[in-house]
Amino acid sequence: MARIGVFICHCGSNIAGVVSVEKVVEAAQTLPGVRVSMDYKYMCSDPGQNLIINTIKEQGLDRVVVGSCSPRMHENTFRASVERAGLNPYMLEIANIREHVSWVHSDNKDAATDKAIKLVELAVAKVRRNEPLQKMYAAIEKRALVIGGGIAGIQAALDIAANGYKVMLVEKEPSIGGRMSQLDKTFPTMDCSACILTPKMVAVAQNKNITLQTYAEVAEVHGYVGNFEVKIKKKARFVNMAKCIGCGVCTEKCPSKKTLSEFNANIAARKAIYTPFPQAVPNIPVIDKDSCLYFATGKCKVCEKVCPAEAIDYTQEDEIITERFGAIVVATGYDLYDHSRYGEYGYGEIPDVITGLQLERMINSGGPTGGHVKRPSDGKEPETVVFIQCVGSRDDAKGKPYCSRVCCMYTAKQALLLKEHYPNSQAFVFYMDIRAAGKGYEEFVQRVQTEYGVVYLRGRVSRIYEKKDHLLVKGVDTLSGQQVEIKADMVVLATGLEPKKEAQNLAQLLHIGYDQNGFYTELHPKLAPVETQIAGVYLAGCCQSPKDIPDTVAQASATAAKVGALLSQESLEIEPMISEVNPLLCSGCRMCYHACPYSAIEMEDKEIRRGDVRCVAKVLTSVCKGCGVCAAGCYCKAIDLKGWTDRQLMEEIGVLRYR
Amino acid sequence: MRIVLGKEQIESAFKKKVEILSNQRILSCYQCGKCSAGCPIGYEMDYLPNKIIRMLQLGMTDDVMKSKTPWLCASCQTCTTRCPREIDVARVMDAIRIIAQVENRSPVKEIPIFNQIFLKSVEFTGRVFEVGVIGAYNFFSLNPFKDIPLGIKMFLKGKLSLMPHSAGNLRGLFKRVREKEKRSAVSDQLL
Repeated sequence: MARIGVFICHCGSNIAGVVSVEKVVEAAQTLPGVRVSMDYKYMCSDPGQNLIINTIKEQGLDRVVVGSCSPRMHENTFRASVERAGLNPYMLEIANIREHVSWVHSDNKDAATDKAIKLVELAVAKVRRNEPLQKMYAAIEKRALVIGGGIAGIQAALDIAANGYKVMLVEKEPSIGGRMSQLDKTFPTMDCSACILTPKMVAVAQNKNITLQTYAEVAEVHGYVGNFEVKIKKKARFVNMAKCIGCGVCTEKCPSKKTLSEFNANIAARKAIYTPFPQAVPNIPVIDKDSCLYFATGKCKVCEKVCPAEAIDYTQEDEIITERFGAIVVATGYDLYDHSRYGEYGYGEIPDVITGLQLERMINSGGPTGGHVKRPSDGKEPETVVFIQCVGSRDDAKGKPYCSRVCCMYTAKQALLLKEHYPNSQAFVFYMDIRAAGKGYEEFVQRVQTEYGVVYLRGRVSRIYEKKDHLLVKGVDTLSGQQVEIKADMVVLATGLEPKKEAQNLAQLLHIGYDQNGFYTELHPKLAPVETQIAGVYLAGCCQSPKDIPDTVAQASATAAKVGALLSQESLEIEPMISEVNPLLCSGCRMCYHACPYSAIEMEDKEIRRGDVRCVAKVLTSVCKGCGVCAAGCYCKAIDLKGWTDRQLMEEIGVLRYR
Repeated sequence: MRIVLGKEQIESAFKKKVEILSNQRILSCYQCGKCSAGCPIGYEMDYLPNKIIRMLQLGMTDDVMKSKTPWLCASCQTCTTRCPREIDVARVMDAIRIIAQVENRSPVKEIPIFNQIFLKSVEFTGRVFEVGVIGAYNFFSLNPFKDIPLGIKMFLKGKLSLMPHSAGNLRGLFKRVREKEKRSAVSDQLL
């Protein structure tokens, strides 16, 4: 006969304020197998846990039921106390009488008490069938993968490497640097973006612990925390990285110049063989197959002829490499909202309506216009410039309800830069609210208005009309209550941030979640902001939510600390609550094989009895997450989920039936 | 109404005059509305004080000039004391009044008339001569008989004197101020 102890927690008044704890204790006393039933104010506290431990020892209990908060909250706490009392930690069941009872049924105390009693009864019934489970351990691959080579990925890689672990940094583009490398200055200190980023890029290239894979993408992810197996697709560069000396002659001589430069936000052309920008790391060009004349017509080969190092190799092909990692950091960054969905701003068809990033490239002295702001239509220097904030942010109708957090600041910065470059210019900013919550940000925005004379208009723009040599911007200033009309030379849209287009794909490869806006979901918004629900996968930067450079760098360093804590462990404990196949019952139908979302089932030929070899399912213990899909789908009842066996569940259902 | 905005409006001469006369920076205002919240005469104003500042920021000269708000301002300085951006709003109102007076564009006639008569009385008698001020004000504001019934009652009770009680005139002081005003480059340039 089982010797069960039932412990009911008051949780202060959280539970006891609604549920009559005495009645629950009384009812539990009468259940079959229950030796002792008691209550305490805070069962999770030190004296509460000691009460459980001492009672187990004194009464010789072999199973425990705790009626308290959710298992997610304190199951591990109570497992640890049961283990300290000398029992197997899995001889414990939790009856969730807080989230499932007192918090949701505070309007009917009697019914709440009845429900609490029932839940305790179910837990007692289940625990009677619990069996001791053994913890499993797995080795850890002491290497980390960082996906994305922007400032978030760079910082994470550098910090993980500084902890002494090997890192592979995978970047989709030909160079690392990300969005930050496209910027001119950074608010609010007006540091030159390249000046503070380039040293970090070089540090990545020179760090012995970091392997750089540019122009590469993650193709497949298998495995689990500590033991990920990742397939990385290295796109064909058509340039031999070992031979190339980065002289740039090929780029200079390449005759194809019709492709728009992604790095320059499409305001200038680039060659078919190119490095995105002069400080690129690695400083090795790639051939864009789609715009290369040789790949289109079979003729040209100019780059091959002029290359002094014989590094051009048209026969290169995409290559897949397989690597093992213990932890993965996702730092894929952001895209900018496509403003062509706004009719009032000209559907993206008015040439002098540009995006903030395009202005950023123009005003950058390393950009295609050499630091001169020129109107795309006629190349004139603009005098009156209208900035419009919240383009693709805070707009439910466009499916972008969130604030992009950086547009207020980058608009203020650009208005300041404009005034600095052209003292005769006048900038107007249409805003809804100014969100300048960072250190020194509010002061910056005020300075832009008082010292640089930028006029802020609280309201939206209703329409931009194209006139002969200017744009007519119509909008409203709600502070004066007037509709306003501005004769502008150029309009700059502060387009909001959205997740990378490929972000959802990657989320599915990694099995991590994303929210309704496509940003990756952290494990807990406050207490686990860099972890994901998949152990061993961490987040950094704008792929989690829009954020500025200081926040991104802080988050990247936090991620690196988490990775360090994981990789420093000797081995990893794995939950033993996983599936188990009874080969005698398995018919080899492969139902489970196809149902498993983690590819944790393998089919193998097994000798069931002597001379009787059958193809049966086998669970890969290290991959199984214990979701139970296979057990639910098995026609032959050959699969059971340990800790949630059919026997345990039938016992619970039995309690309900006989009441 | 729709207003046209451009460099011209933002850098209007009127705003510049107000800024120099009041020695305040109009663009400092971030439109929190604290001045309007505490204004004891706000209920009578056509535009609240913060809106006057906003109209200055956007170069809406005519609207500011037509507004009664600066003339209703009692210069109690509640706004000045409370402004988080440290703008002396009362002084801005003063500057608007000065410009309107000099350019003869004040939207209300009575208030400047009263101010003039009040100052004259102070100049010549060193204090306010009630009968003179009331009489002159009623006369110039084209309502000469307004206060006669009450005036007679007060006179009979000995509350009003027909002759001024001089506290010594302040003509010397007023003269010096006028000369100073003349010499001042600021007023030369602006008014």
